[in-house]
Amino acid sequence: MNEQPKQFKWVGTRTIRPDGVDKVTGRAMYGADLTLPGMLEGKVVRSPHAHAKIISIDTSKAAAMDGVKAVVTAADMPLADPTPVASGEAMINLRDLSDNVIAREKVLYEGQTVAAVAATSADIAERAAALIEVEYEVLPHVIDVLEAMKDDAPVLHDYMFTGGIKPKPEKASNVANRVEFSLGDIEAGFAAADVVIEKNFTTEPVHQGYIEPHAVVADMGPDGKVDVFCSSQGHFMVRAFVAGLLKIDMSKIKVTAAEIGGGFGGKTTVYLEPLAVMLSRKAGRPVRMVMSRDEVFRASGPTSGAALTIKMGATKDGRITAGDATLYFQAGAWPGSPVGPAAMTAFAPYDLENVKVVGFDVVSNRQKVVAYRAPGAPISEYGVESIMDELASELGIDPLEFRAMNGAKEGTQAAYGVKFGTIGMQETIAAAQATEHYKIPLGPNQGRGVATGFWFNIGGESCAGIRINEDGSVSLTEGSPDIGGSRASMAIMAAETLGIDVNKVKPSVVDTDATGYAFVTGGSRVTFATGMAVVDASKAAIDEMRARAAMIWDVDVDGVVWEDGHAKPASTNVGDFEPMSLAELAKVANKTGGPISGHADINAKGAGPGFGTHICDVEVDPDTGFVTVLRYTAIQDVGRAIHPSYVEGQLQGGAAQGIGWALNEEYIYDADGKLENPGFLDYRVPVASDLPMIDAILVEVPNPTHPFGVRGVGEVPIIPPLAAVNNAVAAATGVRFNALPLSPPAILAGLADKE
Amino acid sequence: MAKHHVTTTINGEEAEYLCEPQETLLDVLRDEVGLTGTKEGCSSGDCGACSVMLDGRLVCSCLVLGVEAQGKTVETIEGMADGEELHPLQQKFLEEAALQCGFCTPGVLIAAKALLDTNNNPTETEVRYWLAGNLCRCTGYDKIVRAVMDTAADMRGA
Repeated sequence: MNEQPKQFKWVGTRTIRPDGVDKVTGRAMYGADLTLPGMLEGKVVRSPHAHAKIISIDTSKAAAMDGVKAVVTAADMPLADPTPVASGEAMINLRDLSDNVIAREKVLYEGQTVAAVAATSADIAERAAALIEVEYEVLPHVIDVLEAMKDDAPVLHDYMFTGGIKPKPEKASNVANRVEFSLGDIEAGFAAADVVIEKNFTTEPVHQGYIEPHAVVADMGPDGKVDVFCSSQGHFMVRAFVAGLLKIDMSKIKVTAAEIGGGFGGKTTVYLEPLAVMLSRKAGRPVRMVMSRDEVFRASGPTSGAALTIKMGATKDGRITAGDATLYFQAGAWPGSPVGPAAMTAFAPYDLENVKVVGFDVVSNRQKVVAYRAPGAPISEYGVESIMDELASELGIDPLEFRAMNGAKEGTQAAYGVKFGTIGMQETIAAAQATEHYKIPLGPNQGRGVATGFWFNIGGESCAGIRINEDGSVSLTEGSPDIGGSRASMAIMAAETLGIDVNKVKPSVVDTDATGYAFVTGGSRVTFATGMAVVDASKAAIDEMRARAAMIWDVDVDGVVWEDGHAKPASTNVGDFEPMSLAELAKVANKTGGPISGHADINAKGAGPGFGTHICDVEVDPDTGFVTVLRYTAIQDVGRAIHPSYVEGQLQGGAAQGIGWALNEEYIYDADGKLENPGFLDYRVPVASDLPMIDAILVEVPNPTHPFGVRGVGEVPIIPPLAAVNNAVAAATGVRFNALPLSPPAILAGLADKE
Repeated sequence: MAKHHVTTTINGEEAEYLCEPQETLLDVLRDEVGLTGTKEGCSSGDCGACSVMLDGRLVCSCLVLGVEAQGKTVETIEGMADGEELHPLQQKFLEEAALQCGFCTPGVLIAAKALLDTNNNPTETEVRYWLAGNLCRCTGYDKIVRAVMDTAADMRGA
């Protein structure tokens, strides 16, 4: 456990982010902003069918077109090993990933890539792509998760037998896996309950909705060296996947992380990158590929839609006696939905003795789901938090008080295995109870809802380098793509540790040749884990500077301490030496042993679990069914806010995404399994006029394993809004809805049923 | 396909480019002129990331053809700061952390400046409706709306 100083000079201040000026002046380079000499533009041919066998692909007309320099199909990609590898927060099978990058024998969703073209202009590439003739044998398809589980459903993979069931099933099915987490005895728990509520819920798939489409520039030379510049949440992930899919040594691939225009989990895998490398290899020229918004919606993201059954029981005095959940999650065309974390998080905010959660990972003819902010948790916790509200109401207990009575605290055993350490669940509820918001009187057709949320947060591999420059400024290098201001927090943590002005530190996210491995920017891990590496690297540089001062003073290194940016004698016994500043030591470094640096290559453990409590007020128009969010407050235990503005931003942005999930957003398919709303006009993310100000309240219960007490903050905020909105709508209308989104037609139908 | 020769004014300087008839002003700015600060988020006028001023009017440059800029003036994010001096909106966005990934930021700034140029005292509702065509997926808009209103207050006080 680290000792955590109470007084900070930089931690907790609102510095100007180091990459800020670039981003307000248009100078920042995002994925599509790089142009190289001789660069070609690549375009993709996509499947028009939800499920079909590929009979033949004829690329001859496209290849013969003026300006076309390369055409690739699955025949140009080696057959991948079906070995699971880490992808963001999940494991993925390289064979499946390969099929998702470019289809080999079957297409499993509308929009799946079947071929790609590179040409001297985007226009030529697009026209050439249209000349590629693909003959298909259309197969029956299935979109819905419950339909896909039926005995007579079209089976996507004839080799897939449900895992997690003994004995192994005799028949292939669309159910990839079954997971279960349990604690205690739920039968006994329900028997002890005075009130039991059981409900079914559904949620629709929602897209991460980053504003920057996927984009890459790849350049492969005749010597086999590959340069990739792309928008991703992990350039080491891109390197690993390109190397694995194309069977190239990682050392030959250099990936540079472009500035990333949003990801939210959706950029923790590859789509275009291997194709651009394949095209560049064939053409011998750099190739840029950029998805259209239509392609983003059809072929990247989203997270699962799901069907849930949640049952909970409680005694009259408000003690929850049991929780039981069954979760059916859409994985898309290959296994790998976030049903595991959904099952683990479902009841985790509460101190329960009897819990059982069973989850099913189900494939259907949709694009493969990918991580979206706290993958799975918003869905399962939506169901549980909606039942919590109903139980509180049945029992006549205030919903926040009901959560406090049952909330997890230090020492609580969670059903998924861990015993919680220092956590701030109760503190967020207390903070919610103390808000002015919770006391504001409501008018007609208005309602208030609350919900809590839990997410694990993760650590993982991160590296950092601190170089003390000759003039006393500091170059900081690390490998975690900065998605929302993390360079600002890295600079703050380095400056705080080194004891120098934050403006003397320049943080950079450098390419895969220039720093050690970093796991993806995901799991709310960067400020925690990469921050820990930055602190360790700073401490290593400090130790080196102490040694230099010891050499100059001719004393033992133990006699030198580092305080406030200076090497000082530890006591008067050591000698009477003038303290030497970092800049003074830097200036004489060439006489004391050469350049001064510090490095840390770590696998960070001890991520602090995150809890949040949200309050939402809505007004429902009984004539139109339109829901207006009147007020919103997001409260979260953030451990320690390194840069409070960007932490607040995480709470506000996550809340807005959750509100969109609750009210507007959904994938709509036609009878042929084709997506009907692949654009921002029809897939409606919240716009500025849809939302009120979102009050962000930071509760700080420091994480004892981090030098400054950091907990991850990025994911928790998207969890509570789904139920907070649902509960507010129930309070406003007197109708308990159990399907998202709460679109006006759904609300009107619910109001009509009530009458 | 024959290219068209276009003469226009971009950020106060006369500019010339050749463009194909189907190329949008967004394509031209990014690929022919090399001003990549203007972003492409959707190409259908729904996200506002490509917002620029055309003859003093706020437009989505993905909905304007490159040839339509002939004889007109175009203002992009690259022209917003005066040399090293940031526009007050740019400065306030930095101070108040009104951006996360920064991808929508150029379009938001162009749109916000267009608002403040005509209304130096907008209400929160006016700011929200004015910026309703500029999608931001990171911030939940809170800090953007505050930064615009705070800039307006500063500019009125100046």
